[in-house]
Parts: sequence; structure tokens; C-alpha cells
Amino acid sequence: MIVGIVLFFGLARQNLVDNLEQRNIATGFGFLANEASFIVSETVIDYEPSDTYGRVFLVGMMNTIKVAVLGSISAILLGTFVGILLLSKNWLLRNICYSYVNLVRNTPLILQLLFWYMLLTEFLPSIYDSVSFLGTVFFTNRGFYISSIVIHSSYYWSLGTMFLGFGFAYFFNRYANRHHDRTGRELPAFTINFTIIIILTLIPWAIAGFPLNISVPVFVTPDFLGGSNISPEFLAIYLGLTLYTATFIAEVVRAGIVAIPKGQVEAGSSIGLTPMKLLKLVILPQAIRIIIPPLTNQILNLFKNSTLAVAIGYPDFVSIANTTLNQTGQAIEAITAIMIFYLSVSLLVSLFMNWFNHKMRLVER
Amino acid sequence: MSNIFIWGRKNLYPTTGQGIISIAIVSLVGLVLWNFLPWSIFNAVWVADNSDVCRQAGGACWAFIWEKLYFILFGFYPAEERWRAWLVLALFLGGILYSGRSKSWTLSLIVVWLGLVVSMMLLLNGTLLGLPTVETSYWGGLVLTIILAMTGIIFSYPFGVLLALGRANQRLPVIRGICVSIIEIIRGVPFISLLFMASLMLPLFLPSGFVIPKLVRAIVAVIIFSGCYLAETVRGGLAAVSRGQYEAAQSLGLSYWKTMGLVILPQALSKVIQPTVGSFISLFIDTTLVVIISMYDLLGAARAAASDSAWLGFAREAYVFLALIYFAFCYTLSKYSRRLEKDILTKKVH
Repeated sequence: MIVGIVLFFGLARQNLVDNLEQRNIATGFGFLANEASFIVSETVIDYEPSDTYGRVFLVGMMNTIKVAVLGSISAILLGTFVGILLLSKNWLLRNICYSYVNLVRNTPLILQLLFWYMLLTEFLPSIYDSVSFLGTVFFTNRGFYISSIVIHSSYYWSLGTMFLGFGFAYFFNRYANRHHDRTGRELPAFTINFTIIIILTLIPWAIAGFPLNISVPVFVTPDFLGGSNISPEFLAIYLGLTLYTATFIAEVVRAGIVAIPKGQVEAGSSIGLTPMKLLKLVILPQAIRIIIPPLTNQILNLFKNSTLAVAIGYPDFVSIANTTLNQTGQAIEAITAIMIFYLSVSLLVSLFMNWFNHKMRLVER
Repeated sequence: MSNIFIWGRKNLYPTTGQGIISIAIVSLVGLVLWNFLPWSIFNAVWVADNSDVCRQAGGACWAFIWEKLYFILFGFYPAEERWRAWLVLALFLGGILYSGRSKSWTLSLIVVWLGLVVSMMLLLNGTLLGLPTVETSYWGGLVLTIILAMTGIIFSYPFGVLLALGRANQRLPVIRGICVSIIEIIRGVPFISLLFMASLMLPLFLPSGFVIPKLVRAIVAVIIFSGCYLAETVRGGLAAVSRGQYEAAQSLGLSYWKTMGLVILPQALSKVIQPTVGSFISLFIDTTLVVIISMYDLLGAARAAASDSAWLGFAREAYVFLALIYFAFCYTLSKYSRRLEKDILTKKVH
């Protein structure tokens, strides 16, 4: 049997060598240093067609990460909201949410993406008669043109001091918890932290004299000047992924809340906790433990589903690797690159989540 | 009458705040219907010879679906051989009706479906039946989706079970290691990458002149991908069988395969019917991804139909129509799996 396997792989390898030679295809990842010479419609980092394939791969990864991160945030927000509403006592509200969940889960995501893309490109007005919202956002079939804030160097300093504020908050929370354990009295940790973070963030901005320069898009035939453009491709994949993943997250959140024994809530209210405190101190800490693992799976699914962007022309990593594949013919390298990228992000997130679960697990006394 | 009133009071208007929400929802739904119904029904064109009639009407153009129905159902399948494709749809419907009875859900069901799918393929291809040969590249539309989904389900299930058994096997660490790596790697990469592998990479490993049809390659990708997800579902079922069952089977002197086949798997698999059907539904939905490697399944055919220059601009109707088809299939299946699980579990109790 082993001989058979060796023979099989040997034959496959020989075929590969013959085929590559015949089609004049290079091997190895050397092509990453060559000039890519194709245009990418939107990028997070600077990119010119004269840059290398290595650079364009990076551009694709950034685009994937951009849509995955933004999509995850909005999917978690929407999913949590809908998940709570699935438990509403209001018959109409509950069933509207169930209809949304069932409708979206039982139709293919790629169909939904194509549908949103079609709505955004075919049913919005052309750039010449765009519809605007208060003169700051313009809706056109070439995407949304929004006002943007021009970056001033002091903003970077603000970002830095904001992180300083978060660092302070971390230590102050620990102190406040110890203080609470020791004396039984609570410090207004949240208010203090919030204030400190805001003040720290504002200081560099104030020193620079509150620079604020908003660039409003203005239509000068044949295009908008100023502001920034959100492409219909991005909008469609972002909207589609958010609406699709949110239905799964809603189910996860609902199951997490239902799993908490009723006695916990009753015990909490019987010692006089307000509804907010009940949520913060009793329900959420327990629900989070149940929710986090399946939620992570859903986020990873969103990340993998973002590859469907290729169907509507959003330049994500798969789409760019695919273009590269078509140009160079190096299928093995391009597909390996795709697999390694998605696999390593998935594994990294899984590892982080295992660590997190371990940290969050219930410590039995 | 008073019952309805009490129900409404309790479920729609328990407090003022809830009442306001209820009213807001009613008006929202009303607004959507107010816009959707005239488009989809009142102003819609149901029959038309050409697209001009539709363009003037301003409503949905269902005539477009009607015009392109054969293409959406059968793709590029030759018109004079269409009766074979109709027969395939009939076989599929028969299979569905047969599977509708909870009594049919034994191991023989998989054999029945295997027989059905093989006959579907023979019928579509035709060579062995003495009919004109139709290459797989001409299969398309709903028929292609059915072939992809059914072969995918039939083969990925045993594959997934084997992977799960391999992963649960403590005594053969090499097999276990191989199964764990296959499952984790495939689950960590997007389905598209497997499809690309099947369509672009695999041909490089074959001797020149030796061609495996794209359909077969796509089916293999579906089986591998879906099998790994099924393996995780089955693993959950295996973990739910108590240790005593294993020990009892061993003390009877049953071999490994007898232990698994007669004692463990029947219990493990029936514990996870709902998630298993859930995986089948995702498989069915995921087959739409073959449009990316330019195959004309239901979605591919509908898209191609919508880009016909004589009927341009009716993609919306095509997508709504497809959404209805997929929804009808998947929603029914998921509802049905709940009943099935109840039936089978209650049967197993005594």
C-alpha cells in the first residue's frame, strides 16, 4: 500500500512538472517581487500598479481585514440587539425578528450579496442627480460620498494619550476592585475612568488649538471633489455580511440568555439589585461564558464568508490572489497563499479564544 | 372574540411602551407591503412576448421568469432532450416524498438516494441508456443544483462519520492525527479556496489529455468541505453516548466495527439529527458558490438569464424568485428535521 501511495504522489508530481513546463509557468514564490501591473479599485494602504505582487497581496489582506473587522462589529451589535428581541414578550416584535432570522438564514449569502449590490448600483440615482442627506452625504450608484475629517498631526498624539487613558483605567479598575473587596464600598470607577480618558484625549488637540477641518464632497462634473467615497462593492459586502452573520449571532445570544437559570435572576432581584445591576453583575457575566465560544465561530465564519466579495468585485484577498493567478498562472502558489492566510488567522483567533475562555472560566470555590 | 382581545392585550399591548412598539411595527410592515405588493402583484406583468411591455408597466416582470424558466431549471441542457431533465426533477420529487415519512429514515434511505442520484446521472448523461450523450458541462440550472447537493449529501455523510470515528479513535494515533489535521485545516479555510483548488489546481496534477469533468471536481470539493463540518457534528453525537455503552459492547466481545456499527453510531447519529440536517442545509446553500468557478447552477443560470440583452434589467425578479426557491427548500427541511428528531427519538425509547 505504501508503495502505491508513493507511486501515486510520484506520478502526480511528474504530471505537475510536465504540465508546468508545457504551459510555461514558473514555480515558487519569486513572483511576489515582480510588478503586479493591475489596478485595484480601493485600497487601505497606498498602492500603484507599478508595485509588486507582494504589495498587492498586502493590499488584499488589508481590504479583507477592513471588511471583516467592521462587519464583525456591526454584526455583533445588531445580533445582540435582535437576540434580546427574540425573547421579547411582544408577539409582533418577536415574530418580526424570527422572520428576519429565518429569511436570511435560509437563502444563500451570495444571492443576498448580489441582491444588495444590484440595489446599490441599479436603483440609486446616477452621480449627476445624486440624493444628498443635509448636504454632507451623497447617495449615488457609484457609492456614497461622505464628508470626512482631514487628519491633523495632533490626532495621532490624541490617539496615543487615549491609550494612556485606557492604561490608567486598567490599573484604576484593579485598584477599585481591591478597594471594594477590602472596604465593601464602591468607587465610581466608570465615571472617573471615562473622564480621565476624555481629558487625556483632548489635551493634544487643545494644545494644537482644536484644529478641525471637514472636507465636504462637492460635485464638479464629472466627479465629486473632497470628502471620501464608500464604494458600492464595499457597502454591499459589508451590509450583506452584517445582516447574514447577525442572524446567527442573534441565535447565539438568545441561547446564552436562556441558558441562565431563572433562580439567578430571582436571587439577584431579591437582594434588591436594580435591573441594570442585575444585567451587569448577574446575567452578563454568566451569559458571556456561554456566548463567547459560538460567537467566535460566527466571527470566523464572517471572516471566511468575506471571500464571497469576489462575486461582486470587492478587491479582497481572494479576488486579488485570483487576479494574480490569472496573470501568472501560478495556481498552486496563489491558492496556497489564500489557504495559509485564512488558516493562520483562524488558528490565531482560536488560540486567543482558548486563552480567553480559560481566563474567563468559572472558578469553583 | 374576547379571547382574541385578551390575547392581543397580553401579547401586543401589555404596557404603553410595548403598545407603541407594536403600532410602529404594524405601520412599518404596512409601509413595506404598501410598496411591495403593487410592485410584485398589482402592477406586475405575468405574460409578455417581449420586455417592452414590462418596461412600460413599472411593476415586477414575472413574464421574464416565465420566458427564462427552462433555462433557470435546466441551463444549457439541449431542448430536444429536456424530457430527461423533467424526469430527473420527478425522481427528485419522488425521493423527497418518500423521505417525508419518518419510517423511511433508516440506513436504507441512503441507498435509495444513491440509487436515485445514479439514475439521475445516467439519465442526464444518457450514453449507457442508449440515448444521445449530453456532457456534464451542459447540465445546469435547478437540475445541476440538485445533482450537486444530493451527491454532496450522500457522500459527505459517510465521509464525515469516518472522519469523526478516526478523530475519536484513541488507539491509532496516526489515523487520529490525520483526521484531526484534515478537519481543522478544511474548517479553517474558505470554501472558495477548495473550489479554486478543484477547478484550477487539480488539473495541473493530471497527465495531459486526461480530463476530469468540472462537475465531478466541484462535487469532490463539496464532499470534502461538508464532510469536515459533518465530522464535528457527529463528534458531538459520539461524545454524548455514555461510556457504559462502549464497555458493554466490548465485554460482549464485539469487534471495533461491530461496536460502532451496531451499538454506538445508531445512538450517536440519532442524537444529532437536527444539526446534521442543518449541515445538509448549509451544503445545499453553499453549492451556489460554484458560480464563482463559472458553473451554471440555479444561481448561475438565473444570472446568465438576467444578462440576456433582450431582457436586461430584471435581475431583481430573478433574485426574488431564487430566494423563494431556496427559502422553500431550506425552511421546510429545517422545520421537518425537528419533527423527524422527535419521531425517531420517541421510537427509540422503548
